Amino acid sequence: MDLNYTEEQEAFRAEVRSFLADNLPDHIAEKTRLGKQLTKADTEEWNAILNARGWLAANWPKAYGGAEWNAVERQIFEEEACLAHAPRLVPFGLTMLAPVLLAFGSEEQRQRFLPRILSGEDWWCQGYSEPGAGSDLAAVKTRAVLDGDHYVVNGQKTWTTLGQHANWIFCLVRTNTEVKNQAGISFLLIDMNTPGVTVRPIKLIDGDAEVNEVFFDDVRVPVENLVGEQDKGWTYAKYLLTHERTNIAGVGFSDAALATLKHVAANTASGGKPLNQNPHFAARLAQVEIDLMAMRTTNLRVISAAAKGQAPGAESSMLKVKGTLLRQELTSLLRRAAGPDAMPYLPDYLEGGDNVDAMGPEHAASAAPTYFNMRKLSIFGGANEIQRTIISKAILEL
Amino acid sequence: MDFNLTEERTMLQDMLQRFLAERYDHEARRKLLESGTAYDADILNELAELGILGAIFSEEDGGFGGAGFDISVVFEEFGRAGVIEPILASAVLGGSLVAALGNDEQKELIEAVVGGQSVLALAHGEPTARYDLSDVRTTAAADGNAIVLNGTKTHVINGGQAGKLIVSARESGADTDHVGISLFMVSSDAPGVSINAYQNVDGTSAARVDLTDVRLSAADRLGDAGAAFEAIETAIARGTLAVSAEALGAMDAAKDLTVGYLKERKQFGVPIGKFQALQHRMADVLIEIEQARSAVVNLAGHMEADAATRDLHVSATKNLIGRVGTLVAEETIQMHGGIGMTDEYALSHFARRLTMIDHLFGDVDHHLERFIALSAASGGQL
Ligand SMILES: Cc1cc2nc3c(=O)[nH]c(=O)nc-3n(C[C@H](O)[C@H](O)[C@H](O)COP(=O)(O)OP(=O)(O)OC[C@H]3O[C@@H](n4cnc5c(N)ncnc54)[C@H](O)[C@@H]3O)c2cc1C
Repeated sequence: MDLNYTEEQEAFRAEVRSFLADNLPDHIAEKTRLGKQLTKADTEEWNAILNARGWLAANWPKAYGGAEWNAVERQIFEEEACLAHAPRLVPFGLTMLAPVLLAFGSEEQRQRFLPRILSGEDWWCQGYSEPGAGSDLAAVKTRAVLDGDHYVVNGQKTWTTLGQHANWIFCLVRTNTEVKNQAGISFLLIDMNTPGVTVRPIKLIDGDAEVNEVFFDDVRVPVENLVGEQDKGWTYAKYLLTHERTNIAGVGFSDAALATLKHVAANTASGGKPLNQNPHFAARLAQVEIDLMAMRTTNLRVISAAAKGQAPGAESSMLKVKGTLLRQELTSLLRRAAGPDAMPYLPDYLEGGDNVDAMGPEHAASAAPTYFNMRKLSIFGGANEIQRTIISKAILEL
Repeated sequence: MDFNLTEERTMLQDMLQRFLAERYDHEARRKLLESGTAYDADILNELAELGILGAIFSEEDGGFGGAGFDISVVFEEFGRAGVIEPILASAVLGGSLVAALGNDEQKELIEAVVGGQSVLALAHGEPTARYDLSDVRTTAAADGNAIVLNGTKTHVINGGQAGKLIVSARESGADTDHVGISLFMVSSDAPGVSINAYQNVDGTSAARVDLTDVRLSAADRLGDAGAAFEAIETAIARGTLAVSAEALGAMDAAKDLTVGYLKERKQFGVPIGKFQALQHRMADVLIEIEQARSAVVNLAGHMEADAATRDLHVSATKNLIGRVGTLVAEETIQMHGGIGMTDEYALSHFARRLTMIDHLFGDVDHHLERFIALSAASGGQL
C-alpha cells in the first residue's frame, strides 16, 4: 500500500491548480462560492475556457477532442476545480450521452454530435423519468412509432434538469409494447426545436426552477437519431447510469463545502466565542470531517480499481449513498451555522445581483436554499433506497 | 393525570380546524405567497372574529385564555394549515409584552390586537446576537426629556406589516448584560425608522429595522427603565411554545400527506408503501412525532411554572422539536421522491416551515447547550 499520489499525479495536480488560478473567471468563482445561480452564459463561458485547453471532456478519447484522463486524474481535477470554486460541469452531454455514443452510437453520430457538445452549440438534457416512471424507470410510456423514415413520438418526460437551456434531449422511448418492460425501450435523440415539443418549468422547494416537464405531441424524429438498435435502449440506459453514479459521489464538492463550513464556523460568533468552539457544533463538524477523510479513500479505492480497467459496478452505489449523505450533512451544518440569517429568502441576490442586500453575512443567503436543493442528491440518479437494494443484491447476495 | 383538553379548548380546536379546512387551502396560500403579499387581511379579521387572538390573552388582559395550552391548541392548528397571518408576532410576542409591562393606557392597544385591527411586532434580534436574548446593542440615550434610539434590529417577524414596533434598547450596562434593557413602543412611521421587509424561506414575512436618532418620550417606554429582560424571556418562551406547537401541526400534516402518498404511488407494480424499507422509516417518523407531541404538552403544562422550571422545558422542547422537525422534513421529502421537492405540492411548504422553525428562538445546538447549563444550575432538582 502507498497512500501517496505518484510524482506524475502531483505534477498534474499542480498544473491543474495553476491553470485554475489563471483562467477561472472571478465573477464565476464568486457566484459558485456564494451559492448563487449561474446563468447559461456563465456555463458557456467556463466550458469554452476548458475546451480551449482540451480539458472540457475529461473522459473522452483524444481523437474526439477529449482529455482522455484516467479516473484518478479526473478525481484530481474535480477536487481542485471544486476547491477553486469552479462551477459543476453540466453532465448531460459530456459525461452521460457522450460515453453512450462512444460505446454504442454510429461513427456518423459521433462525428455529428460530439464536436457540438464541445463547442457549446448543443446543450443536452436527459429525458428518462416520467410521471409514472421514476425509480421504476423501465415503466416509461412515451411512445415512438415508426412511420417511414421517422419515429413519431408522443408522451411526457419530467424532472428534466436545465431543459430550459437545452436544444437536444436524449430520451428513453417505448418502441415495443408487446414485450416485457425492459425489452421494448429505445434510446432516441430528439431536437427540441422540432414542432410538438413543449417545455414547462417546475418550481422547486428552493424557489428556483432548474427542472422541467417536457411534452411530446406527434414529434417527428428522423430514424438516424436512434442510438444503437431499436428496442435495445435499456442496455445503453443502464450503461449511462453507472457513469451518472460515479459522478454523484462528489468528494470534491464535499471538500469545498467543508472548507467553507470551517471558515464560516471560525468567523461566526455564538455566545461570545466562535462557533467552532461551541462543543455541540464542533462535534458535528468533526464527525463529518472524519467521515469525509474515510470517504476520500473509499472513493479512491473504487476509482483506482476503475483506472486499472475494472468497471465500477455496485461499488458506485456505495459511493452514491455515502457521498450524498455526507454532502447533505455538510449543507445542513452550513444552514445551522448561518443561524437566524438562514431565514430570509433573497431570490434577487441569489440570481446574481451584486447591489442587492444580502441581509446578513454573504454566505448565509444561499444556506437554506442550497440545503433544500441538495435533498435531490438522495432522490435522483437512482434514489438511495434503490442503491441499497442494488448493494444488498449484488454485493451481499441477499 | 388527564391528557384531555378542557371542553372550552376542545371547542376552540374544533372551530379553528373547521375554519381552516374551509378557508385556508394550500392553492390560495401558495398564490398569496407568490404575489409577495405578507398575509391575507380578511383571514386575519375572520380569525379575530372567531376569537382566536383573544385565546392568547388572559381575561384580565382582555382575552379569554392566555395559558400555555391555549397557545398550543391554536398554533398546532396553524401549523397543520400553514397559517402565515401575523399572530405570533402580534399577539404572542408583541401583545404578551404589552400585557406584561404596559400601563393602563398602553394596554388599550391589546383590544385592537385581539380584534385584528392592529398588528404589533417585536424588534429584538440584532446582527451580532444570534440566539442570545441579552445581546442588545441598540442604544436608548437620554437627551433632555427625550429618549433617542439608535441601532439595527434584524429578523423582525412581520416588521413590515406592524403599525407599532416593540423595540428593545439598552439604557445601561454592557453589550450582553441582562440588566439595562428596556422596551419601547415605536410607530413604524416615526422619523428615523427605516424598515426593509422581505419574505422568509418558509413564506412568512420579516424585516430589518434601522433606527437612526428615533426620538421618543418616557411615555413610550414599557415598564421600568432597564428592567425588561425577564419579560422578554417570558415572551420568547411563549413564542417558542407557539412555534413548537406549530411545528407539531406541520409534522402531522407532512406525515398525513406522506402516508397517503405511500398508499397511492405505484412503482414496480405495487404501492411504494409495500416496501419494508419505507414502512419502517415511516413508523420511525410516527414514533418521533409522538415524542414531539409529548414535548409540546410538557412545555405547555409548564408555561406558568417558575422561570427556571419553565426555561428547562423551553430548551428541552425546542431541542427535540428541532431534531424531529428536521427528521420529518427530510424523510417525508425523500419518501415522496421528486414530487416532494416541488413548490406546487404542500409538502415542501411544511418541510420549509419545519426547518425554519429550527432557526427561530434558538436551534437544536443552542437549546442543548442551554439545557445543560440550566440543568446544572438547578443541581438536578427539577
Ligand atoms: C432535482 C431533480 C432533478 C432530476 N433531474 C432529472 C433529469 O435531468 N432527467 C431525468 O430523467 N430524471 C431526473 N430526475 C428524476 C429522478 O431520477 C427521479 O426523481 C428518481 O428516479 C426517483 O423517482 P421518483 O421521483 O418518481 O420517485 P419514486 O420512484 O416514486 O420514489 C418515491 C420513494 O419511494 C422509494 N422507492 C421506490 N421504489 C422503491 C423500492 N423498490 N424499494 C424501496 N424504496 C423504493 C424511493 O426511493 C423514494 O424514496 C430528477 C429528480 C430531481 C428531484
